[in-house]
Amino acid sequence: MPTIAVIDYGIGNLRSAEKALTRAGADARLTNDPAAISAADGVVLPGVGNFGRCIQRLHDEGLADATRAATISGRPFLGICVGMQMLFESSDESPDVPGLGVLPGRVELLPDTVKRPQMQWNPISTTAPHIVTRDLDGTWMYFVHSYAVTATTAVLATCDYGAKVVAVAGRDQIVATQFHPEKSGRHGMKLLQNFVGQTEQS
Amino acid sequence: MKSVRVIPCLDVDKGRVVKGVNFVDIRDAGDPVELASRYDQQGADEVIFLDITASSERRDTTVEMARRAAEELFIPFTVGGGVRSVEDARSLLRVGADKVGINSAAVERPDVVGEIAAEFGSQCVVVAIDVKRQDGLARGGSDVPSGFEVFVHGGRTPTGIDAVAWAIEVAERGAGELLLTSMDGDGTRDGYDNVLNRAVSNAVNIPVIASGGVGTLQHLVEGVTQGGADAVLAASIFHFGEHTIADAKQHMLNAGLVLRPPD
Repeated sequence: MPTIAVIDYGIGNLRSAEKALTRAGADARLTNDPAAISAADGVVLPGVGNFGRCIQRLHDEGLADATRAATISGRPFLGICVGMQMLFESSDESPDVPGLGVLPGRVELLPDTVKRPQMQWNPISTTAPHIVTRDLDGTWMYFVHSYAVTATTAVLATCDYGAKVVAVAGRDQIVATQFHPEKSGRHGMKLLQNFVGQTEQS
Repeated sequence: MKSVRVIPCLDVDKGRVVKGVNFVDIRDAGDPVELASRYDQQGADEVIFLDITASSERRDTTVEMARRAAEELFIPFTVGGGVRSVEDARSLLRVGADKVGINSAAVERPDVVGEIAAEFGSQCVVVAIDVKRQDGLARGGSDVPSGFEVFVHGGRTPTGIDAVAWAIEVAERGAGELLLTSMDGDGTRDGYDNVLNRAVSNAVNIPVIASGGVGTLQHLVEGVTQGGADAVLAASIFHFGEHTIADAKQHMLNAGLVLRPPD
């Protein structure tokens, strides 16, 4: 059974991601230990709330370097929600706080024409193939966010919410979802199973 | 694309579902987590647990319920009732609740809305507003311009606060969502108060959950088409087995609404 390190940097609800990954067939553990993060077969970076606060917590807990290292280690890596946003270069939510810069692009406020946060289910359209989004084109996922990436070269899937919002970003073994797969019923579970399966193959 | 959510609500007292339920094949009809899991399988978009326990041992029981819910549910869930502080919210979010509902505590000390939002993000702050139409005279000490007055303590205590103004205020303070319950409609099965829903939905830019009065599946449709609600909540029509969540969603899809289809 592949081991998945769920990076625990002291924010909000991380338990759900751990439970869902366990259900998807992984030996998933919350951890704030850099050694455990570098030893795991796969790494998940969750995140909720404020972008700057999450980045700050990651630094305060001494986990920013381990996180960045995990993204370039060649092992499967999954960012969820603000955990996705943190992989980009910056966010309008906290303009003075640089992101991890693993993926190219900026996180922007959703348009004024729609309610914020987007707090709903929305179907995703895959725009480039990836093992983690396999068989998930057109499936409904649960989104909760006020900020989003709209322009990046690393787009894998989009959804429609006032603008074309990047629902899944990634390149190579790095994947990040704006929605919460751990809260998206059986299709979210399928994505996590795809992720865990990729871990087993690597 | 904007889609509508269908949210069953479970009233919980001392860890057991109140109001009762009528599923023939359920093992323990009083267990809120087993019921919620059933709704998850039927295609519910979220679940709300409202703890109505009026005792000091409430917190441990509620936290334990949230912990079990997090193990069984793979959709978002909210726990409301008795949340008065950042620490109350933390204890629920830490074991796996996605959102907390705040009601009377927000009226008594409005700063708590912003405090929880600052600590955990607006996305997990649902402010529940219980509303009655004023019947001419103000009961809370002052007239409210919209004619809709906020009540607390399960609808027993008038506050003199205008519901529309209060909705705007809590949204500014950091609420991520409003659970708007018509106490006039609650239990009547006559449908939502869609004048109220429309007034609040037009006044704020955060999602509004319509609640109180559902008796038919068409009422769910009207909450969206007439009330402008972003989500529709119901309890008894689902608990008593009259309709499944899948029935409700199919009815709403047939009416032309956009929502996650049942499996």
